[in-house]
Formats: sequence, structure tokens, C-alpha cells
Amino acid sequence: MTWRTTLAARLPATRRARVLTAVAAVLLVLAAAVVARGSDGGAASPVRSSEQRIEVPEAPGSAARIALDTTVFWPQAGRPAPAVLLGHGFGGSKASVRSDAEELARRGYVVLTWSARGFGLSGGRIALDQPDYEVADARVLVDWLAARPEVRLDRPGDPRVGAAGVSYGGALALLLAAYDPRIDAVAPQWTWNDLAASLFPNASGGGPETGVFKKMWAGVFFSAGAGSIGGAPAPGVPEGGATASVCGRFTPEVCAIYDEVARTGRATLAAVDLMRRASPATVADRLKVPALMIQGKNDSLFPLGEADRTAQAVSRNGFPVEVAWTSGGHDGGRSQTDWVRERTAAWFDRWLMSDAGAQATEARRQGAAAGPVPAGPFLVTRFGGVDSGTRERVIRIADGPVYPGIDGTVRRELALEGGTQTVVNPPGGAPPSVSTLPGLGFLADLAELGDGLSAGALSVDMPGQSAFFTSQPLDKAVRITGGPTVRVRVSGADDMVLFAKLYDMGPSGSTVLPNRITAPVRVEGARDGREIEIRLPVIDREIDAGHRLRLVLTTTDLGFATPPAPSAFQVALASPVTLPSVPGVKLPPPSYPWWTWGLPAGAAVLAALLVATGRRKVKSRAPLAELRDVPLRIDGLTKRYKGGKLAVDDVSFQVDRGQVLGLLGPNGAGKTTTLRMLMGLIHPDEGVIRIFGHAVTPGAPVLSRLGSFVEGPGFLPHLSGRDNLDLYWQATGRPREDAHFEEALVIAGLGEALDRKVRTYSQGMRQRLAIAQAMLGLPDLLVLDEPTNGLDPPQIRAMRDVLIKYARDGRTVVVSSHLLAEVEQTCTHVVVMHRGGVVATGPVGDITGDGNTLAVGTPVPAKAVEVLEGRPGIASVVPEGEGVIVYLAGAEASEVVAELVGAGVPVDRVTAKRRLEDAFLTLIGEQS
Amino acid sequence: MKPAATSAAPTLAHGYRPRHTLPFRVEALRQLRRRRTLVMLGLLAFLPWLLVLAFTVGGEPEREGGASLVDVATSSALNLTAFALFVSTGFLLVVAVALFCGDTVAGEASWSSLRYLLAAPVPRGRLLRVKLAVALAYSATALVLLPAMALLAGTVAFGWGPLEVPSGGELSGSAALGRMAVVVAYGMMTQLVVAALAFWLSTVTDAPLGAVGGAVGMVVVSNIVDAVTALGSWRAFLPTHWQYAWIDALQFDIEWAGMVKGSAVSLSYSLVFLALAFRHFERKDIVS
Repeated sequence: MTWRTTLAARLPATRRARVLTAVAAVLLVLAAAVVARGSDGGAASPVRSSEQRIEVPEAPGSAARIALDTTVFWPQAGRPAPAVLLGHGFGGSKASVRSDAEELARRGYVVLTWSARGFGLSGGRIALDQPDYEVADARVLVDWLAARPEVRLDRPGDPRVGAAGVSYGGALALLLAAYDPRIDAVAPQWTWNDLAASLFPNASGGGPETGVFKKMWAGVFFSAGAGSIGGAPAPGVPEGGATASVCGRFTPEVCAIYDEVARTGRATLAAVDLMRRASPATVADRLKVPALMIQGKNDSLFPLGEADRTAQAVSRNGFPVEVAWTSGGHDGGRSQTDWVRERTAAWFDRWLMSDAGAQATEARRQGAAAGPVPAGPFLVTRFGGVDSGTRERVIRIADGPVYPGIDGTVRRELALEGGTQTVVNPPGGAPPSVSTLPGLGFLADLAELGDGLSAGALSVDMPGQSAFFTSQPLDKAVRITGGPTVRVRVSGADDMVLFAKLYDMGPSGSTVLPNRITAPVRVEGARDGREIEIRLPVIDREIDAGHRLRLVLTTTDLGFATPPAPSAFQVALASPVTLPSVPGVKLPPPSYPWWTWGLPAGAAVLAALLVATGRRKVKSRAPLAELRDVPLRIDGLTKRYKGGKLAVDDVSFQVDRGQVLGLLGPNGAGKTTTLRMLMGLIHPDEGVIRIFGHAVTPGAPVLSRLGSFVEGPGFLPHLSGRDNLDLYWQATGRPREDAHFEEALVIAGLGEALDRKVRTYSQGMRQRLAIAQAMLGLPDLLVLDEPTNGLDPPQIRAMRDVLIKYARDGRTVVVSSHLLAEVEQTCTHVVVMHRGGVVATGPVGDITGDGNTLAVGTPVPAKAVEVLEGRPGIASVVPEGEGVIVYLAGAEASEVVAELVGAGVPVDRVTAKRRLEDAFLTLIGEQS
Repeated sequence: MKPAATSAAPTLAHGYRPRHTLPFRVEALRQLRRRRTLVMLGLLAFLPWLLVLAFTVGGEPEREGGASLVDVATSSALNLTAFALFVSTGFLLVVAVALFCGDTVAGEASWSSLRYLLAAPVPRGRLLRVKLAVALAYSATALVLLPAMALLAGTVAFGWGPLEVPSGGELSGSAALGRMAVVVAYGMMTQLVVAALAFWLSTVTDAPLGAVGGAVGMVVVSNIVDAVTALGSWRAFLPTHWQYAWIDALQFDIEWAGMVKGSAVSLSYSLVFLALAFRHFERKDIVS
């Protein structure tokens, strides 16, 4: 059968509409939510800006003036707004901070950007953030802001203004806040506390005078300043000439100092003095301003320790400070532009936009709220794994309420092994070991992935120049947050330079230098030995369990100027290494987009809706007690094909206990459809089938009393006949002893073939096996559809006996067939179906007739009618084909034959003509 | 034959309880000895050995630039396992799962055995639940069998050792085993959408290959659409977009976001497909 009813045909129109509406509504809500989320990040709105050149004195007290090239970005709001001075990095210009400025302006700030003197289109020469030059320039800019009506004033001449900037611009922001009390908040990023200590670091606390020159970084910056960075030379800057060719746009003082330092590799007093003047460290006690300190973890130029010192100073002065360690830095690496902007804007919102914030700052300055305030919060950027979706490292911000400084809140000591070792400083310091180079910070990002080859390969510790001290494998993971310290004893030379590096060493021996930062140390005049404490680079790194820590002290580094004179000296550990950590800084629980829970929840609702609305409404009919002994009762059964043609049309009949009912009809009469409905396989459109009084529905429990074989066998071809019956019975869940396998197997009569796979069976074998399956458990009602198809005559005969015997035991059998003979020989009762309807029903005897009709074959039917018409005992005679039909009314067949023969009518044959066959053949005739 | 009980006919046949029809074990047995079940499981068990053979004949993979899973496949048993999963996720495991779940109802329909189960009677809802459970159990077996066999083959061929992570670093054997468990669990989660679709189609069609092919086709089409990067974030809602997110578990720092999202998407589709399967089957006229 290929017909099928559709959803459309089965559901009443109103209900269908309701289901579809519900489904559509759910989908619409989901879609709308997705669209709403999707359209968040629209194009940024344009920001109004204006450019102007603002004149400042060329030098303190000088009448000569230079012009600064500035751009102001205006907010939307009409009323006066707080302002922000946004400085640029070294080598940049006001153009480099344009997008930052626009973003702040969108948030409601008047943002003033300018090219610092000596950069971009501004006049003047680079004086390196000197108070008398760059800082003084910025103060003029504050004056300019104070005169603008668009800028909110705290009092006449004192605008509400903050300062921010990266690196060069960040230091300027801090210095400006120190020199100009009108600054209400600062947010410097990646900048220095002490420029001298940054360029001449000495991790043993010796100060820049004995520091080790960071020659590579210093050179990069001098080149940036000396070259024509930032476009064409500004007006007023002399072009050509001997000085210009070397010093570029640096002031002669800066140029001369660099020249000397670069030659000797040692800090001069003048150099230290110049750099100290440009350092927030020098004016630490004047840093009375809320400060957001953003420092990069990948920063070998201005490491995390720089921000620490500034933060400590601000905190000591009694002003709020927030410290954030970001993933990037001067060495490069993943930028967190959006996050930094967000954080900076939030800081200014708190201390500039909010009057309460500004008043709190004012109160602190007045001394109303004196005393140090704890610094915090403390935000640390950490990497997760690579997200295969974006193919990027996942960035997470760990946070804690209090910034504890670089010594952490918890310190643990870890013993390192390695005795006294001799290290050599080769002549000229070559070949050098390598920690990092400017711009190689992306490698540090890689290194956080683990202890991969790619990340470790560029860290080189030259053998002979390096001493190694290694710990035992850690028994559990340790996160270092801060600067570890270790005490070391050195002896054997007058000028000893060492680079201390703390490696994370994996189980396989691969090593990673966290953030690729080294701590340079210079010890002078300690030929006889001295114990020093080394502050190792400030890092934030998890050292996994099973990993070791390795301290390497090496005499050279590519990035630094080391003593050209060869020397050899001894190093030995004097203490375990102290590892700071801050357990209070924790990663927030991960957050996922709304749909990670919304989508499944929506789907669950939709699924519930689909299942709930999908239930077919079945009229629940109570069992009829009076029918409980009636094996089968069908009332008004109707089923339509797809398309409307009736397959079964108002069929009603009853089968009583002990009957063998024949369901007789030509192919297509609706027999099989009726039996399928009887099995609960298809849903009747109307009418009810009751088995022992219980209405049949799909899977109705009463079906357990029904054994069926309908429309051919159904077996698992890969299993033997025996296994098929066995598993079928197990699938009914009934006790094995109820199955009566032996009786069933006798009926199947398969012999040894029973243990062969069904795949190999003939049609007849499958047929018999299927009938045996139907008889498993000896069901009270057995329904067999064309059971003798494919059987040979002896088997047909045996089957007939089986069915008769089965019913004789008090059970009931329904057999469908299109063969009259089969029904006649097997059944006690018969239902004749045609075109979906019941044509006749009753006991076989009633229907097959009582032998009162004869079919007489003769070549002369007309003569036969003539002879027999009117004879006593004969009701009527009708010619039919090559003979006549004789309806008897008392006469015997022999008398009729004698009569005909006597009259000279030849008789070919005489058979009993049955009404059933008559009716049946007529039906089939109509079919064809 | 014994006479049937006469008067006071019971409602049910003796011993029949709807909730005890078609036990899980019986359905599992019915499916187990099928040739396609055995062939598919055999193929999954054989594949790791084939990979070992290929690497043995072809020699050590060369490492060019950034390492990938294939570059480190011969480092250890765990690496071979990761590689075997990587090459099977997109198609082989999809076919296996689609086969187990797509064939289960449609196969019975094509053998005509479905109607005898339903007339036994096994209630329709129960039939679907048991069949789904068994199909999912076979799918899960497939998803466990492949890595388990890869671990065995890899241990024999390359030895036991830490998992070398392509992006750098290594995970100790015990840690990596835990990660593999995460990978397999997530694999089951992503294949759930294939299973659910195949199962639904299995109730719709009487042709087992139609159901299996339909589910595999969905994966193919989804992958094609996923390749259209212009769709941007919409791709996140494709059923197969997060298919490989388990790789996030095989790195130094396990990253859950992709797997969480992938699970959410897969679960969502699966719920709807399964609901459609039950809805359809409950209403269906069984004409096979």
C-alpha cells in the first residue's frame, strides 16, 4: 500500500491553524531576539571636531612662541561637559589617538588632543616630558579649556579635566597632574614611574647611576624622535644643518646626553638628572589625583613594576588608584583596545563626570579625608585557551578588590638547586644571550600557551655565560603574581653585570621565560664577594604542577649594554626564591551569550508544544461489559484514503467465540485496511472496533489477546527463524512459558531450517513462520490475512485443519481471503466485502446455499429451458452462457438430468450452483 | 492445544504489561547481529590500525610552520587518538550515528516487522523511546570505540606518553585521558543533532537509506553553508558549526565556550527533531 494520510487531512482546520500559529510565534520570538542581539554593534556615530593651533612659549620665560597642533572633539550634549587631555605616544601625533578621542567624546567628554612639541605639525623640539616644556605646554592647554564655554568649570579658570595617554602621553598626564592641581583624574597607560630607572634598571636596588643601559629600547626611541616621524617638518623647525641631521627634533640637551650615554653604556649624572625631571617618581608626593594605572604585561621597556611605584605613591598620598595589567605592552601582543577604553571611560565617569567623585577628590586635597586609601581594584588580564571558533586566545580579566603591590598577599619560598658557578663575560659582550627585543612581545603571548618550542626557541642563554639554579618539580600549581625575589652571592670581579631570568620549565625540559623579561643587575666593587637581593621581573603566570622553576643568571643580553671588558666571576644562591601570589585575584565565572541557555529553553518549549499538540484526540470509550465475551465487534468502521476515496465504508459485523470467520472479498475490497485498523496500526476515521468489549486504539493493551498475520510476514532477515520468534516473544514482555513455542513450531514445520537465517527462507517458509508467530501465546483471537498464499496444497490442507482445531478449543479465528473455496472449506461464518462495504454476512451454510440451484452445462440452452420450464418441482430456469441455471422447488438433480436426456438435450455437466459464488463472481466481474 | 479460558475473559493477555514490552536488551539484541551494525563497528575499530599502518608506511609527518594535529599524530597514543577523532568527526562518525539512528524505525518498516511489534502491542511511545535509547547507545558505543581502539593501536605503535598539543606544550597522560573523556562526551553532544534528525526521518520514511542519507545530507549542507563566512555570527546557529569545538579541550588551558555553545545549539535542534519524531509517529498510520 502506498497511500498515506497527511497532516492536513487529519487536523481540523482550526486546530491546524492554532498549531501553526504557536510554532510561528515561537520562531518569531527567537528570530527577533537574534536580530536584536545581532544589530548591537552598529556603525559608530560621527563626532564633531575642530582644529586649532594654540601658541605656547618656546621656552620658560621666552618671548618666542611655538604653535601646538590640536584637535578638539566635542560631545553631543549642549551643556558644559568635563574635558579630557589625551596625549599620544612617543613618535606619534594627535592623529594616533583620534579613535580613542572620538570614543570618549561620544561618552560626553570634550576631548583635546594635540601633537606634543617636536611631533607632528607642532613646533618646538622634543624635551622629553620636561616640566618646563611639555608639561608647561599642557598647562596652557588647560587654560585654553578653561576659557571654552563648552567645558564645565569647577571654579573660574579651573575646568573639570582629566588626563590620559599611552607611554609618553601617560607620563605627561601624571606629570601634569603633579604640576597642575586643576587635573581631576588621570588614566595613564604603559608608562614610566622613573624614566632613569627604566632605561638604566638595576634589580639589586643600586639605582640608575649603576644601572644597565637598555640600549636597544633607547635606540629605538632616539631614532623615532630623530627621524621625521609624524609627517612633514613643522613650521619653525630648521631643516638641514649639522645638528638636525643627528639630533632630529630633539633639544640639543637631550641629544647630547643620549650621544654620551649611547657611547659609554653608562648613565651620566646629567642624564639621570634629565630623566628624573621627566619622572613622576620625582614628584611622587604631589600625585594627588585619582589614578587608573594600566600597564602591559609584555613590556620590557616599562615593566609592571613602574606602574606599581606610581600606584603606591598615589595611594600613599591618600587618593584612589586602580591597577590593571593588560595583555599587551611596548613589546606588543594582543591589544585590549575596547576594554581599556571602557575602563578608562568608567574611571573618568566616576571621577570627572560625577560631581560626587570630583567633590571627593577636592575634599581629599583639602585634607578633609586624609590618610592612605587602599589601592584597588586590581585587574589582571589572563589568557584562556584558543577558541576554535575565533581561532584566537580567549582573554579573561581576573580581579580582586585590593591592589597588593608586587610582593603579593601570600609569599612562599621555593628552594633552587645549583652550587657556586663561574660565569664569564666575554670580551665585547658577544655573543650575547637573548631575552627579548623590542616588538617581539607576540612571542610572549605564544609562550603563555604552554612550553612550546616556538615560544622558547628565541630565549638564549649562552653556555659559559650562564649559571643555572633549578627547583624540584612543583607538587601543585602555583600562580606567581608579582615580582619574585632571591638573594645571590657574587664575587670575583669589580664590575659584575648579570641578567636574572626566572624560567617556567616543563616536564620535558622545555623552558619559557614569562613575558620574556629579564632583571638586569650591576654589582660594583665586590671582588671579595657581596650578597645582593634581586627583584625578578614582575609577572603573572601559573606554574603548573610537575613544572620546575629555573633561575638563570647570565652575563650578557642583546638588549642591554654590558661591560666590554672580559671578566669571570662566581655566583651562588644565598636564599630560596620567594614567590608572591595574590589568591584574592580570581577569574570571574565564565559568561556565555544569552542564547546558550535561551536556545535550548526555547527549543524545549517548542518541543513540548509539538508533542502536546500532536496527540491525536481519541475518544475514550469505556469497555462494554456485555461484549466482554465477544471476541470482535465492529461498528460503523470508516476509513478514507488520502484524496477522499473510501477504503472502508461503514463496516459492521460481529465475531463470536468459537467461530472461524472468513473475510471474503476481491483484492482492494478493504479487507486488509480493516484488519490494520483491527491491529491498531491505522486510525479509523469513524466507527469503533471492540475486542472483548475494549475499543481498539493504537497499542491498546487488549491487543495482547490478538494474534495477527496481516499482509505478509515481517521478520528480521539477519536472524534465524527461531531467534525471530524468540525475540518477538520477548518483545511482548510476557512470560516465556506462556508462549507455547512447541505448538507454534509444529505449525511452522520448518525442521532444521528453523536455525537458518530468515533471509534464506522461501516465501512459503516465511509465511508459515509468520502464522506460527501469530499463534505464539495461543491468542484468544487470531487474525490471518490470506494465510494460504504461497503454500502448496498439502500445506494448505494442514493449515485448514490447524485453524479449525484452533477454534474448536474455544478460541476465535478471522481469516481473510479472496478465494471462495478456502473460506468455504475452513470457515463457519463469512463476511463478504466489496469496495469497502459489507455485501453479505452470515453462517457459511446460509450463504453457500442449500443445494437448490443447479448449473447445467449444455450446448443448447434454449432447448433446455423449453424442456424444463413449468415442470413440477422446478421453480425457474434461466439460460446462462453455455448452459442454464435451474432453481429447484423439490425436484432432485437426477430427475432434472433424466428429464433433459429423455428430451434429447445433451448434458455436459451438472454442478451445484451456490449463491455465494454467484454473488462473489458477480463482484469480481464488476471489478474487471 | 489447550482450551482457552472461557468466561470472564481478562482485559489483557496473561503476563502482558505495557511497560515491560520491548525491553532495551531485546532491542539491542535485535539490532546487534545486523550486518551494517557489525560492519560499522568493525570499521571504527579498524580505522586506527589503518592510520597506524599509513603512518608507518608514510613515515613521520613533516612539521611545516604551525603544527597541527596530523603533525603530532605519531607522538603518542593520545595524539593518534586525537588525530583519529579529528579525521572522523566530520563524516565517518556522522555516518555511523546516522546509520544507527536512521535505520532503526525505517528498517523495521521495510522488513514489515514494525507492524507486528506495534500489534504485540508495544505502545508507540515506548517503541520509540526504546529504539531511540538503543540507537543512541550504539552511537555512543561507536564514539567510544574509535578513540578506545586508537588508544590501543597508538600504544602498540607509538607508545604511551603525554599528549603533545599542536599549539605548544604537552598534557600528561592522565590529564589527557580526562580531556579525551571530555572530547568524547562533547562528540556525543554534537552528534546528537545528527542522531535526532536521522531518528525523525526514520519515523517519516520507510526507506532506511533515506533517513540515513537525509541526516548525512544535512551535515553536508550545513558545512557548506558554514563555509560562507559572509554569514558572520549567524553561522553559530548552524548545527555543525561547533562540530570541532572539542579541539578546545586538547590544549593547555581548556576552553569551554565553544563546547558550551555547540552543546546548546545541538541540544536545541535535537529537542525539536525528537519532538517531531514522537509527534509524527504517534499520529502516523502504519502502512508498511
